[in-house]
Amino acid sequence: MYGSRLRSLSAATVVTLITGFSLAAFVAPMDADQGFMQKIFYLHVPMAIVALCGFVFGGICAVMHLRTDDPKWDLRSYVAIHISVILGVGVLLTGAIWAKASWGHWWVWDEPTLVSFLIIFLLYATYTPLRFSIEDREKQARYASVFAITAGAFVPLNFLAVRAATSLVHPRTFDSAGNLPGAMRTAFLVCFAGMILLYVLLWQYEMAHKNTVAQLRSLKRKLAGDDGLRSRRSAAPELQV
Amino acid sequence: MILASNALPDNAGYVAAAYLVFLALLVIYIGIMAYKLGRVERDVVELNRLADEDRAPAVPAPAEEEASHV
Amino acid sequence: MRRAVSALLRKELRLELRTPQVIPAMALFSITTLIVFHFSLQANSVEGALAAGVLTVTLLFSSILGINRLFVADHEEGGFDGFLLAPVDRTAMLVAKALALGAFLVVLELVAVPAFGLMLLDPNLTGAALGQTVVVLLLADIGIAVVGTLVGALAIQTRARDLIVPLIALPLLLPVVIGTAKALAPTFAAAGAEALPVRWLAILGLYDLVFGLLAYAVFDFLLED
Repeated sequence: MYGSRLRSLSAATVVTLITGFSLAAFVAPMDADQGFMQKIFYLHVPMAIVALCGFVFGGICAVMHLRTDDPKWDLRSYVAIHISVILGVGVLLTGAIWAKASWGHWWVWDEPTLVSFLIIFLLYATYTPLRFSIEDREKQARYASVFAITAGAFVPLNFLAVRAATSLVHPRTFDSAGNLPGAMRTAFLVCFAGMILLYVLLWQYEMAHKNTVAQLRSLKRKLAGDDGLRSRRSAAPELQV
Repeated sequence: MILASNALPDNAGYVAAAYLVFLALLVIYIGIMAYKLGRVERDVVELNRLADEDRAPAVPAPAEEEASHV
Repeated sequence: MRRAVSALLRKELRLELRTPQVIPAMALFSITTLIVFHFSLQANSVEGALAAGVLTVTLLFSSILGINRLFVADHEEGGFDGFLLAPVDRTAMLVAKALALGAFLVVLELVAVPAFGLMLLDPNLTGAALGQTVVVLLLADIGIAVVGTLVGALAIQTRARDLIVPLIALPLLLPVVIGTAKALAPTFAAAGAEALPVRWLAILGLYDLVFGLLAYAVFDFLLED
């Protein structure tokens, strides 16, 4: 059952995120050279890190799917990548806003992490169309898993290549996230924890929904017979219960 | 570089915009899940109706079959 | 395994030699692309980083044509079924197809690189410059061949295969683009070829290794029925 822990998880997420953002707004000191707009960092960077970890987690679930042939792993992989893509939209939008505030342009090529993230995002954006274009369910799951593993392995390689390609003329604050002063670091860690909780919350939420729909289909089949089901082509994996 | 305390009014807009983007994404997600919840609700109501029909159907003939099954 | 690979490879090469479709198309496309570059960049000659970029893009887009066609014959004429029935390691098809695609890319470059040297490149493409170009392009070809075979096999079962291939292959090949362009930029310097940047050769090599191993690990799953 995926829905049983949703309530406590939501409470934990709300508390952590609000605490984190409050710390960022009121307690963390103003950044010396970027000023108030540095506060975007507390939103943008946790989202980025969690999204990337989500992609890698999706790849790991895909490995488990190929090993065990259990469709539940495929569903976990699908949901993981799905939520990471949504967070990815947020990362790119907040990154663009930050770039506009800092450099006056909505997009800058000097920021290797943002450029790498755009490439990763464009790659994972093809995940759902790929799934949708394969009709056979088992094949769809298998091919999607191969894609998720390939893309997951690509993430670190891509960051390496882009970072090597970019001349780091303007080192940004989040490149040196390791050496943050005390209060900033606390705020960042709390926001990071909140973002992780948010990801897990959304993941459980979607899994609970998918599980419910699968149970509904099974019930429909029992009550109305097989013609009660309208099977549509879809990119999302369907559990059989 | 001078401390950005003078620039606070300008940059506050960008910071607010960034956090609003985050909020918007969450609310859009909630909206989509709400739509899906509506569909689930519709299906459950339909299934409830079907289950009622099975127990006390309108047509008598299937009732005998159902009685012998149950 | 080696016999399976060589048998498959011979089949691929013989098919292409008998009815040349892919290589002429790729070669013509590359020359047309060079003309497009001339007009869109409004440049009579290019050098340095710009030259490296033009050559990289030309080769990249021409190879997409090759990737699109790589598995089409097998898919349409039942070659997969025949292969699956044979008692051979399924990765033999990966190796054979990758080698075939690599061979096609080399032939493509035999046409495209001299054309580029004659039509657009400012410094002369001889001696050290040519040798360096060959080294870099070989490394790039391995990467494109491996990733291209993987993406081609992935896309062949989908309904929108010509659309899926570029959408997936281009982001995956971006490190190759970066590495090739950065490595070739000093080679095409106007004053004469400068030394190859070893860092970029290393990155290209690392990419080839990682994706080679990855493709080897996952390719089996693409051929199951």
